[in-house]
Amino acid sequence: MEAASIPTGERSILERSPLARLPDRALKYGLTALSALILALIVYFFIRLVGQARPAFAKEGVGNFVFGNDWNVGAEHFGALPLLVGTLITSALALLIGVPVAVAAAVYATELCPLRLRAPLTLLVELLAAVPSVVYGLWGIFFLAPKLQGTEQWIADRLSFIPFIGGGLVTIPNYFITGLVLAIMILPIVSAISREVMSTVPADHKEAALGIGATRWEMIRLSVLPYCRSGIVGGAMLGLGRAIGETIAVTILIGNAPELGHHIFSQGYSLAAAIANEFGEAQGVHRSALFAAGLVLFVLTLLVNAIARLLVVRAARTRGSGAGSAKTPGGMTALADTGAGA
Amino acid sequence: MSTQGASAERLARFAVSPARRRKDRLARTFILAGTVIALIPLALIVYYLLRKGLGAWSTSFFTTDPTGNTFFGGSSIGGIKSAILGTIEIVALASVIAVPIGIGVAVWLVEYGRGSWFAQTVRFFVDVLTGVPSIVFGLFVYIVLVVGTGSTYAGYKGSIALSLLMLPVVIRSAEVILLLVPGALRESALALGAPRWRVIFSIVLPTALPGMVTGVLLAVARAAGETAPLLFTAAATLKTNFNLGGFMNSLPVQIYKDVTSPTTAVVNRAWGAALTLVVMILLLNLIARLIARRSRLA
Repeated sequence: MEAASIPTGERSILERSPLARLPDRALKYGLTALSALILALIVYFFIRLVGQARPAFAKEGVGNFVFGNDWNVGAEHFGALPLLVGTLITSALALLIGVPVAVAAAVYATELCPLRLRAPLTLLVELLAAVPSVVYGLWGIFFLAPKLQGTEQWIADRLSFIPFIGGGLVTIPNYFITGLVLAIMILPIVSAISREVMSTVPADHKEAALGIGATRWEMIRLSVLPYCRSGIVGGAMLGLGRAIGETIAVTILIGNAPELGHHIFSQGYSLAAAIANEFGEAQGVHRSALFAAGLVLFVLTLLVNAIARLLVVRAARTRGSGAGSAKTPGGMTALADTGAGA
Repeated sequence: MSTQGASAERLARFAVSPARRRKDRLARTFILAGTVIALIPLALIVYYLLRKGLGAWSTSFFTTDPTGNTFFGGSSIGGIKSAILGTIEIVALASVIAVPIGIGVAVWLVEYGRGSWFAQTVRFFVDVLTGVPSIVFGLFVYIVLVVGTGSTYAGYKGSIALSLLMLPVVIRSAEVILLLVPGALRESALALGAPRWRVIFSIVLPTALPGMVTGVLLAVARAAGETAPLLFTAAATLKTNFNLGGFMNSLPVQIYKDVTSPTTAVVNRAWGAALTLVVMILLLNLIARLIARRSRLA
């Protein structure tokens, strides 16, 4: 890139008076300070959050707090396992349901669909990202959950021999419905990133496959999917990060029962839901425990996102030069939406 | 299937065994089915929002504040005026905070920091910000501005929480657009003797403007729909409030509060408010996309 090699203006500055040099300096150092501010802010927040969470950790012990199976506000016992498990189960369900659908939609849009349909199809999937999470919650609890309760009960009865799935009574708010709505919510991100990665598969690879007589599907399986694997996994991880941190839709849909559900159709709780639900009335150690839950959530999303970025960046690197410089408008909106980029 | 390209069809007829052809057709059917499944929720949400939401809409719905009087139902529960105005005020202040900072950092990343280790670090932390759950931003702001100052909730605190949420989106989208500004433009300006700051303000930023507006609008749209960061920063009140130093109602918080109500009329108000919110966000998205299409850079 030529712009990188622009001299930082030394040549012209040599001929400028110190006074004329001033705005340049001011701008440079001002902007540098602004960027440093972002760093400082995050570090500061993290330290303050740890500070607020300390009383709860001190009372329960870090291990007991994270893995203790007892969230009892009345008795001031705070073991966040039911919350953590709820977060993980719903997010895993979201990935299980959402990723195959998102990848299928991406494959269809990039490889199979008529050119004329491509833009509208992309737009429609991306519109899902424009729906606020509270609206997903509202729709889920008043439309989706009651409509699906019968089906869920039927599945639970039929599959009663499989532990964690069948056998129990299906409640309207439950893990499964939460995971389903989360799957819808992560669809646009996963699909957008998959599509972007797929659009970078070199035409030669695809033509080579078709040239030796592969069918369309064989071409997709042999040259598109392997090329995109780490990018798709990265996109899925970003979706996972979203699902883990999702608050309001989950609070409305999961039932807010502070215990481990016995199967995926029973009520539960999640880290984010506990904070949203209890924070308003919390006092003392309880409040500190909610800060601690926030800290666990923060660390969890941090880990997931770090892995995701690593994979997406690696996917971008294997596709060689030009990544991150030439983006289509659609690519940009997807990027703005997810913050993903090489 | 009608989606089959003519060339692929010809190819299949010549060379492909029936088993492979069947497999191909099966796989394509699955992919198509997945795509259709991906579109179903959108159709259902839009349909349900319109059906339930339009029923709640009326003139008084937009011109009266919600009342706490939800027991009797009917028109006595009031509308969502304070929520609409609150959302607009909170998001406007959030944009005023996030946009200059975000674009400033993006300009630094592209014009000054490029390639340095410090820029890499900043970029990494911006990515970290992107991944932070919105409710954690609420906690941050609560710790610093509510516990820290020993005061209570206020509209501007909600704005700050939302601006933290918007920052990474603004920075990343602005950075992508600034990178697209041709290096030759900068070089020409520098060659004419323009100082660096003139180059940035007169050449780079105007060229990148439409693209950056798109990113900003998308960030605004995202922030407008957020509930979690507002729950314990701006709180909720019923009254219309033009003072950002006081409690402030907002559409997402109003919907969240109404969802849990046992009264049908209140839930209907939530549907009406949800439709209003979605229409506002879709309009922002639409404008953003139109501007993106007109931008000469992308």
